[in-house]
Amino acid sequence: MTLLLSAWTIGLILSLLALGIYISYRVFKFADITADGSITFGAAVAASMLTHGRHPLAASGAAFLAGALAGMCTGILHTRFKINQLLSGILVMTALYSINLHVMGQSNLPLLSSTTLATYAQDLGRWISGHDSATLMGWPVSARDLGSLLLAAAIVLVIALILWLFFRTNLGSAMRASGDNEQMIRALGVSVENMIVIGLAIANGLVAFAGALLAQYQGFADVQMGIGMIVWGLASVIIGRALIGSDSVGAALTGTILGSVLFRLIIALALRWGLNPNDLKLVTAIFVFGALVLPTAMQKVKVRRHAAAS
Amino acid sequence: MLQLRELQKTFFAGTPNEVRALRGVSLQIGEGSFVTVIGTNGSGKSTLLNAVAGSFYVDGGAIFVAGRDVTRWPEHRRAAMIGRVFQNPFSGTAPTMTVAENLALAARRGLGRGLRSLLPARLQNELRDRVATLNMQLETRMHNPIGTLSGGQRQALTLLMATWRRPELLLLDEHTAALDPKSADQIVRLTERIVSQHRLTTLMVTHSMQQAATLGDRIVMMNQGSVLADYAGTLRQHVRAEDLVRRFDEIRRDEQLDATAAEMLRENYV
Repeated sequence: MTLLLSAWTIGLILSLLALGIYISYRVFKFADITADGSITFGAAVAASMLTHGRHPLAASGAAFLAGALAGMCTGILHTRFKINQLLSGILVMTALYSINLHVMGQSNLPLLSSTTLATYAQDLGRWISGHDSATLMGWPVSARDLGSLLLAAAIVLVIALILWLFFRTNLGSAMRASGDNEQMIRALGVSVENMIVIGLAIANGLVAFAGALLAQYQGFADVQMGIGMIVWGLASVIIGRALIGSDSVGAALTGTILGSVLFRLIIALALRWGLNPNDLKLVTAIFVFGALVLPTAMQKVKVRRHAAAS
Repeated sequence: MLQLRELQKTFFAGTPNEVRALRGVSLQIGEGSFVTVIGTNGSGKSTLLNAVAGSFYVDGGAIFVAGRDVTRWPEHRRAAMIGRVFQNPFSGTAPTMTVAENLALAARRGLGRGLRSLLPARLQNELRDRVATLNMQLETRMHNPIGTLSGGQRQALTLLMATWRRPELLLLDEHTAALDPKSADQIVRLTERIVSQHRLTTLMVTHSMQQAATLGDRIVMMNQGSVLADYAGTLRQHVRAEDLVRRFDEIRRDEQLDATAAEMLRENYV
């Protein structure tokens, strides 16, 4: 049960990362690998502020701003200096590796003695269950795990709602149009370049925020924690698309969150059934490859069958 | 209203594919004038339109819109003054967004885009009313993705979008060329109606001599990046489609003959 609960919680926390990837990859069609660096950046900024005794909310907010700054850098490299999308992301991601080491001062920063959002989560769990352990559907769980899940769910709900509202504003809609038809929105007086910079800032802000939450949940920040995270995010976005199958913003946001949780659950089960943790990234990459290739392959088979039938 | 001075544009300069698309084009268009631009493929007529819209910067010359020098303005900044309809009906609308959303985006052309709602209730009613004036029954499909509509329907909406806020200048780039004859006819009539209703200064590129002869109050004929003929005033009133076609045939015949061959023929037969 603890395993399941933690899979849900991490799935929800990483759904913020997935929402960031949704913005860059689905809204802007921008494969933004900055995410690998900005999730660690968020964790590093939050962890270093927390060890200096700052308030967890301030630390998490600062992580968002730090990620937004990283996203802006990628956006400016691409739009002002005309550097290829992927390369812009790689440059910023690589630079962030050094910056993260500077921010943390060491390659791994434990948070066990600091007051973090996890401390609040534990208090929340205790308040609900009345003591240190609770029962969930007949299973004993710790108050900390229960509180973390509830807090993560609440945060994700609020952020998804804000994003949904944002994409219905003039600015948010201009962003969606920038990804949908650049020529059209330019002719309507919108600088697509500015939209990309702002969009990547929001996307990476979310990714860094996810990093801050993840560090507080697992109790440490590590300079290596970002490796392959963009593929995680992509997997969630793709699963979400398959689950909901609609292009409306509300459906896509919901799908992305569900996709992230579902993907985490699948991984937790696979690990439980003996998947070597070292193979995790390989399996994820193969999964995303399959998800990217299958739809076109299916289409081809369908067309061929149709041709054979007629 | 629109003033073009000695516009120069060369694509792929310094390569074997060098194209001198605009060779010193000058043109002055008065307020409320409806000018059609005709020319053969590669005559520079679309390049001229794109130069005005700001799709690229010209190599030389200057562009003035409503008295302002916009030569170095980026495309999106010029869009505050310019409404535009493209040849491809898919170019003017965002396919996954709804009809209402597309129109609402156009309703803020050239204005700031902040955190207010894109579709407040009052605007929705106005959108529906103005879409109803198209007489295409699209007002019942306001919340469908615009990508589910036909090319003609999308082009009609693009025209509505380009003129939602009265533009100083309307640019139409062969905007009926990709449509079936019936839709093309419908769009032509809609264009006439909207342009005369708002007395819009309009520059329309077309390759249909018929359209050029029937629409607008002035015809500019282009060839090889220069203005070849300019029919305005009484001259314009007497031009028929056949006259334009004949003029083009002359050009084509001249071009088919190599310069030296033309010289030889002239020596032998004239």
